[in-house]
Amino acid sequence: MTFMKAWTTSTLSLPNTPDPIFLTAPQNHPNHRTYPLPTMSAITYKSGKEPHPNERRIIFKNVDREGWDQSIDTYEGEGGYDQLKRAVAMEPGAVTNEVKSAGLRGRGGAGFPAGLKWSFLPPNNTKPVYLICNADESEPGTFKDRYIIHQDPHQLIEGMAIAAFAVGAKLAYIYIREEFPQGAEILEKAITEAREKGYLGKNILGTDFELEIYVHRGAGAYICGEETGLIESLEGKRPYPRIKPPYFPAAMGLYLCPTIVNNVETLCHVRHILEMGGEEWSKVGTPNNTGTRILCVSGDVKKPGYFEVEVGKVTMGELINDMCGGLKDGRSLKAVIPGGSSAKVLRADETFKVGKGDDCKEISIWDIPMDFDTLAACGSMAGSGGVIVIDDSRSISWVLNNINNFYAHESCGQCTPCREGSLWMKKITDRLVADKAAPSDIETLDAVARNIDGQTICAFGEASSWPTESFVEKFKDELIADTKPELENTPVNAEKELAAAGLL
Amino acid sequence: MSDLVDVQINGEWHQFPKGTRMIEACREVGAEVPHYCYHPKLTSPGNCRMCLVQMGMPPRPAPGAEPAQPDEDGHVPISWMPRPVIACANTVAPNMGIRTQGELTENVREGVMELMLANHPLDCPICDQAGECHLQEYSVEHGKGEGRFREQKVKKPKNVDVGPRIRLDDERCIMCSRCIRFMDEVADDPVLGFTDRGSHTTLAVYPGRELDSNYSLNTADLCPVGALTSNDFRFQMRVWFMKEINTIDTNCGTGANITVYARQGEIFRIKPRQNNSVNSDWMPDSHRLSFHWINDEETRLTSALAKDENGNHQVVTNENAYAIAAAKLSKYKGHEIAIIASARMTNEELFMVKRLAKHLKAKIVETVPRTGEADGYLISEDRNPNTLGVKTVLGLDDPGSQLESIKDDIKQGQIHALITLQEDLITDAGFTDDDLAGLDVLISSYPCANPTAERSDVVLPGGCWAEKSGTMLNIQGRLQRLNKVTDGPGTTEEPWEVIRNLQQALGGGNGIHSHTEIFNQLAETIPVFAGVKFQDIGDLGIPLVETDETLPLLEREKERVAQGLIVG
Ligand SMILES: Cc1cc2nc3c(=O)[nH]c(=O)nc-3n(C[C@H](O)[C@H](O)[C@H](O)COP(=O)(O)O)c2cc1C
Ligand code: SF4
Ligand code: SF4
Ligand code: FES
Repeated sequence: MTFMKAWTTSTLSLPNTPDPIFLTAPQNHPNHRTYPLPTMSAITYKSGKEPHPNERRIIFKNVDREGWDQSIDTYEGEGGYDQLKRAVAMEPGAVTNEVKSAGLRGRGGAGFPAGLKWSFLPPNNTKPVYLICNADESEPGTFKDRYIIHQDPHQLIEGMAIAAFAVGAKLAYIYIREEFPQGAEILEKAITEAREKGYLGKNILGTDFELEIYVHRGAGAYICGEETGLIESLEGKRPYPRIKPPYFPAAMGLYLCPTIVNNVETLCHVRHILEMGGEEWSKVGTPNNTGTRILCVSGDVKKPGYFEVEVGKVTMGELINDMCGGLKDGRSLKAVIPGGSSAKVLRADETFKVGKGDDCKEISIWDIPMDFDTLAACGSMAGSGGVIVIDDSRSISWVLNNINNFYAHESCGQCTPCREGSLWMKKITDRLVADKAAPSDIETLDAVARNIDGQTICAFGEASSWPTESFVEKFKDELIADTKPELENTPVNAEKELAAAGLL
Repeated sequence: MSDLVDVQINGEWHQFPKGTRMIEACREVGAEVPHYCYHPKLTSPGNCRMCLVQMGMPPRPAPGAEPAQPDEDGHVPISWMPRPVIACANTVAPNMGIRTQGELTENVREGVMELMLANHPLDCPICDQAGECHLQEYSVEHGKGEGRFREQKVKKPKNVDVGPRIRLDDERCIMCSRCIRFMDEVADDPVLGFTDRGSHTTLAVYPGRELDSNYSLNTADLCPVGALTSNDFRFQMRVWFMKEINTIDTNCGTGANITVYARQGEIFRIKPRQNNSVNSDWMPDSHRLSFHWINDEETRLTSALAKDENGNHQVVTNENAYAIAAAKLSKYKGHEIAIIASARMTNEELFMVKRLAKHLKAKIVETVPRTGEADGYLISEDRNPNTLGVKTVLGLDDPGSQLESIKDDIKQGQIHALITLQEDLITDAGFTDDDLAGLDVLISSYPCANPTAERSDVVLPGGCWAEKSGTMLNIQGRLQRLNKVTDGPGTTEEPWEVIRNLQQALGGGNGIHSHTEIFNQLAETIPVFAGVKFQDIGDLGIPLVETDETLPLLEREKERVAQGLIVG
């Protein structure tokens, strides 16, 4: 029996973690349940980096692991590339079917089912098919892919090789964020090792499957992570996202050939889906929100960091209070942005209607299970897994201005609403934090966001407008409190003063 | 066609071929969709978002549910999408609904307009584009009227020298990328691009390069705002003061369709006019800018001249000039007379030449060839606009082949009188003083002063291409109309009038009062023209003669249409 199978079925004994064997949510918790945790006796983690008992480490099994390194020998020593061996003996379509039955949803932001995406490849295609691994990881609040790349590169390469086999790609690219130079070197080395061992190149494992993987350093912009912008960038152009239709990557992607783009974490999961079998894997997590995912917590908690959890089996409260050590002393929760900076903010004292029909109930922010569907039902999204915690010491105006700064800086500038709107929103909140805004500016702020939302080429439009829309909706009073009524109808900068004086 | 799909536009059902872009379908039924970045000849990046419209499709039945029932016209009710879509790049689909009006579309347009204007300098009073600016037009039609933008506008380079003929104002640029796409996709010289990002996005020329393609001025036409302007035209004239005349370019055998902008007889600019069978939407800079001499009275012939007994030119009335010319010519027999006409003349003028030659029984009628290198785009090797007209109307198989024998005949005293029409033999036909020395009589007609005129006994001012009307046949055999933009200076007459008047003075035919009358005679006497009515030619011309000439730019355009990259 493989190592993984062993620990999915037995119980847990972790260093630093006292018994009991079962992790239990608070008794009064609406999601109260118990479930067994895997045995990890064979694995020890670096001191101070031990996973929390609530975690279930699949993708991050080897992250911060004692005695682990990035070499292929170490990887092979634990069954590495066994799943590739299994895949190449299968029909490509059967591999896709495993991914479909696993219910794997993309971990890059949109949560789109990966197997379904793969089946969008045109059936009678005669062009080359490309696979692209999106390693541009630049959504603020998200820091997961980098650990896989830095510490367990072969896991990604194996996942990519299996995915390439499934979709019929002979050429794959890893588009890696420009700011990860070391990660690029590690991947290059890992690819060389894999090729030497016959896991890449021609006649992989004695079959006629062939694959080359190239590492492409990104162009240093957030928009390079948007899949069609990424494709343009890979083609050597500015990362201007393409209109969809017609440029859906699965049909017209890289060099206008069918292309599959998946996130690093998504592709890693493919390896484990084969190992466990799609059906079995789908039992991890919750229905329609299967598997594990890595949550990255930043902001006002005692112990920020990354946590691999079963999707939907950990609540916001467990995440913040148990796994992250709770809020800083003496502070209380003000808001959470649950899925990367683009996700709509959740207010600490809101209640959320979740579930359908008879299961419909109202819950507090603490009880939100961190899964795709529930976070969507709460009016936000699971996004890229970046959870940003905001406590009562923070000025909402300041937080929003910080976010708006990012989007104004990162808008590619291709389409009018986002190009002009993102900077406009930043300028308004710039004034807001400088005590130079009037109450009506908050209305304008909201109107500008709504002029962007739904009217742009790519989802950056929503990414940049949702923060403003949700902050204005949920924190209007606080924003207005930072404005000055006497600044209504007066020039708010030198240019306007000159214009008002007829000098411009 | 079986490939028609039913589409509802603003409540009414229409049919369009599958694959029609929504924007074109709407245009066809008179529901014009405002747009900036879309251009049928260029790829569609969908970046301006001005063309957003509401779209609907038949509702998708829930799993297991019955599909919606069609109404008595066979149409399923449309379920409207909450988000707008761009009309420029999306194509129509069966039973699609489009709303170019209504709350959603109008709100979205207003929103895009407001954002578009947020950082725009609004310097219309000093902008050349004013009056033909789409930003002005749409903001009046779709804008809010009042701006909410209280911030400092983004500052960008102004008055940038991007090339010898084009100037750039980056603050006015709305980043539609039309100019970039044109230089890349049509001119094959991708020197333009954006630098920086977000609202700081700035159009620039590739470092170390210039926007110096011979097609660069098309970018100024394409630019929907006043960001790219023509050095030649800027600050010369407000567009609303000018009269627009549709005519054709006469710098080569392509006969690019153009619009000439003139005020009080003065030409201010020329722009290409769309003709998908000739020049698409474009023209070369060298042809566009070759009009300035027309306005230059210093070089123009403004009256008829005749040599006195001392051999000095004296100004005479046109009437007297014709009389003097006729008196001189009538001393010679036909076989002592040659006529050198021009392949820059219209078919009508050439017809008159033929008539004159017949009346004089002239020994030789010839024209002057003009060639250059074809540029692989629109400029053809034949630099005369109407060589095919010469062949068809004058019946010359190999125009220019008799020029040497005319020189010889003059030297050997066989030809004594030469009439040259619309050609300067010394400058353009390789004639020397020596070649002309043997002549007793030299009559010439031309738009400007020139060495041949200087040696002529009688000089008649004849209008240039902009000062006459008629028809020409381009290298592809297309019959196109040349329309008079303005009267020539002084006593200049249209060339067909010059020939008619000369022939009248010679006691020949009469009764022709307009170029259209000549065309009717052409149609009656020359088989190729049989049955063609002048009014049928229209603004875009008609194919008349078959040739195997192709225009490389058009061929490439056809390929892009076939690939679905552009509408065409
Ligand atoms: C503005 C923007 C930035 C994005 N950045 C990233 C990124 O850094 N990494 C990533 O994996 N996906 C990113 N995405 C999502 C990708 O477009 C794409 O959906 C994803 O890579 C698909 O992979 P998945 O299906 O495995 O999630 C971004 C999307 C947008 C709109
Ligand atoms: S929405 Fe923003 S980022 Fe996306 S294409 Fe438009 S300008 Fe670029
Ligand atoms: S210069 Fe004109 S044509 Fe070029 S991108 Fe700007 S607005 Fe468009
Ligand atoms: S015309 Fe610009 S987006 Fe359609």
